[in-house]
Amino acid sequence: MTSAPAGRPAPLHLAVALDGAGWHPAAWREADAQPQRLFTAGYWTELAQQAERGLLDFLTIEDGLNLQSDDHFEADSRTDRVRGQLDAVLIAARAAPTTRHIGFVPTAITTHTEPFHLSKAIATLDYVSTGRAGIRVQVGARADAAAHFGRREIPPLRRDRPDDLDDPDAQRQIADRFDEAADYVEVLRRLWDSWEDDAEIRDVATGRFIDRDKLHYIDFEGRWFSVKGPSITPRPPQGQPVVAALGHSSVPYRLIARSADVGFVTPRDAAQAAAIVAEIRAEQASAGRAGQTVHVFADLVVFLDESETAAVARKQRLDERAGTEYRSDAVIYAGPAAGLADLLQDWQAAGLSGFRLRPGALPHDLTQLTEQLVPELQRRGLFRTGYEAGTLRGLLGLNRPANRYAAA
Amino acid sequence: MTKQLHLAAHFPGVNNTTVWSDPAAGSHIEFDSFRQFAQTAERGKFDFLFLAEGLRLREQNGLIYDLDVVGRPDTFTILAALAAVTEHVGLTGTINSTFNEPYEVARQFASLDHLSGGRAAWNVVTSWDAFTGENFRRGGFLAQGDRYDRARTFLATANELWDSWHGDEVLADAGTGQFLSTAEPGTFRHQDAFFDIAGQFNVPRSPQGRPVIFQAGDSDEGRDFAAASADAIFSRHSTLKDGQAFYADVKGRLPKFGRTRSELLILPAATFVLGDTDAEAAEIAHEVRRAQVSPQTALKFIEQLWNTELSGFDVDGPLPAFDPVVSDNLISKGRASVRQFAKDPVALAGEWRARAHAGNLSAREVVIEVTGRQSFIGSAETIATTLNELVQADAADGYILVPHITPGGLVPFVDQVVPLLQERGVFRADYTGSTLRDNLGLAPLRRPGETAAVGVAS
Repeated sequence: MTSAPAGRPAPLHLAVALDGAGWHPAAWREADAQPQRLFTAGYWTELAQQAERGLLDFLTIEDGLNLQSDDHFEADSRTDRVRGQLDAVLIAARAAPTTRHIGFVPTAITTHTEPFHLSKAIATLDYVSTGRAGIRVQVGARADAAAHFGRREIPPLRRDRPDDLDDPDAQRQIADRFDEAADYVEVLRRLWDSWEDDAEIRDVATGRFIDRDKLHYIDFEGRWFSVKGPSITPRPPQGQPVVAALGHSSVPYRLIARSADVGFVTPRDAAQAAAIVAEIRAEQASAGRAGQTVHVFADLVVFLDESETAAVARKQRLDERAGTEYRSDAVIYAGPAAGLADLLQDWQAAGLSGFRLRPGALPHDLTQLTEQLVPELQRRGLFRTGYEAGTLRGLLGLNRPANRYAAA
Repeated sequence: MTKQLHLAAHFPGVNNTTVWSDPAAGSHIEFDSFRQFAQTAERGKFDFLFLAEGLRLREQNGLIYDLDVVGRPDTFTILAALAAVTEHVGLTGTINSTFNEPYEVARQFASLDHLSGGRAAWNVVTSWDAFTGENFRRGGFLAQGDRYDRARTFLATANELWDSWHGDEVLADAGTGQFLSTAEPGTFRHQDAFFDIAGQFNVPRSPQGRPVIFQAGDSDEGRDFAAASADAIFSRHSTLKDGQAFYADVKGRLPKFGRTRSELLILPAATFVLGDTDAEAAEIAHEVRRAQVSPQTALKFIEQLWNTELSGFDVDGPLPAFDPVVSDNLISKGRASVRQFAKDPVALAGEWRARAHAGNLSAREVVIEVTGRQSFIGSAETIATTLNELVQADAADGYILVPHITPGGLVPFVDQVVPLLQERGVFRADYTGSTLRDNLGLAPLRRPGETAAVGVAS
């Protein structure tokens, strides 16, 4: 666990969540937005470099296997919102070589993709970033995405029919998909360990390139799939890239506690943050992971300006353009950087070790974050003044783990 | 008319062509090796890089094969990263149509094409084996006879997904507030024996419209598949006579699919060994062959053909006197080349013995002879002349070169052979096109809206 000498606050971890032109649906219409460049490499590399100038731990990139929608469960046919998304792992791979320190945590959908493919993709992201890769696993809930694959039925769920979500069948399905995600992460992790670090020997005398006794079948057999292994990609530089997941309730909190290194949660206030952290710690203990670091980050949507008046006015202007008030699963903060720093400090005291900030509009709110919030946190002794480690695990205070298959 | 050559660089693979034991051999997995290799190819104005793929580590006698390079990166991810350190060179990835789904692969290639500014290419391969399938949730269940059917429909489906965006949907007009020109972009529906999918594709049309399509199959069915739907063929026919026969055959199939000769490039794979003189090159080539076929590797090849374990066998003596074990159950798994061996192993063993007898060769020496791939061996002058003659004689449109040393094996070719080809006016002095299609001399694709009617499979 992160701990600090008495009287001195522990440093915060900070991540930025990149999504299109920003999280507000009208963000793409701002004067400094670049909606024409959303599908170019330059757009993403510039954002990554800006985030790195702010010394952030990592950035996340949203993704999905369906066209974005304001409706969480089905397509909405809107033409006034950003639509279309490039593959997040590939965006990360394209941007990583243009940076040196910041971590990359793209999103992948566990419901429809192959764990074998994703495991080697993230191992490779770790190689091309020399140890800065992570993956945020997300469960696919939408029926339309399932129809893009045609391999499984996902019954449509509607939030406006709350009975659907409370129905025992729906509850069981949701629990199943998260259990499947836990199996998926288990397979990712076993595949990353399926090569020992010193498996490549290049022994000219015997003609052997590898010592095959240091490669391991993972022989995973679960309810949803089985995977033989070993990976085709050697163990990545970090050993185990960082695994993250977002959760809003007990079922995903269990996934975070059982499987993840970083959990993103959405408390309404410090008290709720403390309750969520306690729940995750309890689940961690029952999963036998009490001794392992699982960072809990709160997600916040941020609109940052010099004054609260300016920030609130900007959000209102965006809301008017969008034709609807922007709401979020996470708390929305609109105000100056100093006020946000107060909030982060307050919530940190509730047991959070970091925050994933979702910029309302790009690049404005990312620039504010790196140029206003970060210096403010540094003044308070709450944030690094230079990158202190060469890997993402290092930035997060996680050791390079021993290989589960290596003889002790 | 003098043809222009096309040149590509194949990152050394997980087979015995790659000499990992050479003191100059570097990492096969660190990004720096890939970066150096790609930047060398780009310095030589090569058309594209080529990456192979295998989705399960090879085994022989039930054990992971340990004599060749083992381990490779994820194809899409490494190509996206290489797009960051190069500007022009094309990025060709081998992706299997059996252990993937069209929506995801189409998305990854469209993303790679966007992120590389129009440099993506897909070498479409198929497999059916349950051995590889054990790594995938979908398993390995494809009947061998179905693999081209699945590949064909997979590619057709991917094409429908790429064409589901016409290229004029993204307005991003901040003034009017219209991001899209249509409420239903990317709409598709595909139903056949393999895929029953429908919905909306979520990547806007990419710079090339779709990746350049490569195909490597050699069977009659594979050649038809390529003639119908590929932009280029990665072939094994690199000698003059073989090359000309293959070239004529495949180009001759194009009219029946309504295509012209310029719409499909024939690009055989080839190795090369350069020396200051032809004699020196031949000497080096001999040493390279001996390094490629170590005594241990020779034994493994003999075991593959005889289809049985031969521990203790002396490869410096004669070939086994008994005939190969004929069985559907092969001791070598995950290796495409053993299919050649398995066609008629008894006859092939007879050929090997005849070679041994005629040349008074040991078992290892036979393997060195019979498993050698066509190489361009000689001085830079000789290689440049030979390459150009083969292309002008319609044995190929260019070559995909496989160096035997990672990552530096391409450097002498780029430094010595490329300038000679440029002097002769048969190879570009600089990139002229902005996309891989342009550099390959392939006409830009028409957008779906520009064609008369777009068929939707039913």
